[in-house]
Amino acid sequence: MRLAFILGEIGSGLRRNVTMVVSVILVTFVSLTFVGAAGMLQLQINQMKGYWYDKVQVAIFLCSDGSTAAGCATGPVTPEQQDNLQSLLESPAVAQYINDFQFESKEEAYKHFKDQFSNSPIVDSVTPDQLPASFRINMKDPEKYQIISETFASQPGVETVIDQRQLLERLFSAMNAASLVAVSIAGVMIVCAILLIATTIRLSAFSRRRETGIMRLVGASKTVIQLPFILEGVIAAVIGAALASGTLWAVAHFFLGEYLSKQYPDTAFISPGQTLILAPALLILGGSLAGISSLLTLRRYLRV
Amino acid sequence: MIRFENVTKVYDQQARPALDAVNLEIDRGEFAFLVGASGSGKSTFLRLVLKEDRASSGAVYVAGQNVAKISSWRVPRLRRGIGVVFQDFRLLPQKNVFANVAFAMQVIGKSRSVIRDTVPEVLKTVGLEGKENRLPHELSGGEQQRVAIARAVVNRPGILLADEPTGNLDPTTSMGIMGVLDKINQNGTTVVMATHDDDIVNEMRKRVVELRNGVVIRDEAKALYTSMIPVVGQSRRLKDASDWEELPPASPEGHGDGAGEEQR
Repeated sequence: MRLAFILGEIGSGLRRNVTMVVSVILVTFVSLTFVGAAGMLQLQINQMKGYWYDKVQVAIFLCSDGSTAAGCATGPVTPEQQDNLQSLLESPAVAQYINDFQFESKEEAYKHFKDQFSNSPIVDSVTPDQLPASFRINMKDPEKYQIISETFASQPGVETVIDQRQLLERLFSAMNAASLVAVSIAGVMIVCAILLIATTIRLSAFSRRRETGIMRLVGASKTVIQLPFILEGVIAAVIGAALASGTLWAVAHFFLGEYLSKQYPDTAFISPGQTLILAPALLILGGSLAGISSLLTLRRYLRV
Repeated sequence: MIRFENVTKVYDQQARPALDAVNLEIDRGEFAFLVGASGSGKSTFLRLVLKEDRASSGAVYVAGQNVAKISSWRVPRLRRGIGVVFQDFRLLPQKNVFANVAFAMQVIGKSRSVIRDTVPEVLKTVGLEGKENRLPHELSGGEQQRVAIARAVVNRPGILLADEPTGNLDPTTSMGIMGVLDKINQNGTTVVMATHDDDIVNEMRKRVVELRNGVVIRDEAKALYTSMIPVVGQSRRLKDASDWEELPPASPEGHGDGAGEEQR
């Protein structure tokens, strides 16, 4: 009975205040979309880092079948060349600069590639043979990249030596800046949303002061009096959060999935499914912001 | 049922207290009128009983409980034991008679079947059977007040507080309302009614507590609106400009004129 009563009160509150409720939905929608966009950029950065990014700084790619580099004139790397390179890495002259190194075979390279590009059509057209084996090196000091490069670039069997960080770091710093901007906009919008929710709840409390006055007099509990107002704000905010989640999914599906991944087939993009892990966070964020701001407003404007 | 022990209520430190060291006891099942001019402390008295305000000093007991010691989350329980009726009825305009009365039961979680059984019964008590589906604006003032009374007593409170319930009604209708209140009182509910209506008080011959400037100046059983006994401290009252319309009359008839001004 009490539940039915509270639900009825929420319904009438939402109906009476339609314009305000719609504006709350829209403002939370926009603000949480920005929060979600920042989250998506971070997910995308993680995706692009792939398996090795956080573990090593320098990769020495070995010659494979299709290599055209000067050092690969003799064809794919031979086991002797590979052993030579490994002993060179272990020699004191080089070992003093590196923490450790790992060898990535063609099969392992294929496995890591598949993980990183799982959302891209390119994964179907690649075979383990096309991917080079490599030594992955964790430097003591990443700045000493030049020493490794000079030592190994001219060795037989080496296709190329790459400082991975340098390639991606510039892109990542741009993406981090973008997510910072998104978070700042989100911050401003969230403040808007909180104030708007507070105003809406205030109006709602005012337009129903007759009912709440009577409820107080006949001894309704604080919960019964306040809950409809709080849930009103929470419901509006949760609808906004759901819209934001849907928008993020649509961006990942249509923009990243259908458009960008065709333009840049050699870049790993996040899948629409991955954006859905942001949805619960957005729903909880929206709901709790609305709940807290309604509660604080009611404390001031609804005597119990 | 209601006991005030040396209760003082100060709203503003500079002004005189709204209630000044009031000692009063109203027993279970009693019917008491609270009379006095505007600003004499009647409403403050009712607010203190409901714990809408806190006494500045002294103790208020309701049903044996010191209201100052009731924690805020238990205040609803206190209020469930007290019904309240106002001069302006305070009905919900969009709800019909039945829904207005049922509202008081819904919000404290009574079941649908209990509500279906209780509301018609209470409406019958206040003389509104057959008008369940009317909206408040389709009712006369007296009928609206009956709805308000039904709502106040539907949860069977031990106490009914009425703050000038006949203030907006004509004398005949008022007498009808008094009949309803009397019936509720006969059923064992303690009724405290603040009023200016001298005809009603004179007709009912119940206990009368008169307040002036926050002080109880008279507490008589089976009394009239104006005292037959000369009131002490009349010379002080003469000097009080704010009380000029209450100038002590030479006779009860003279005071009747004063009350007439009050109703204007």
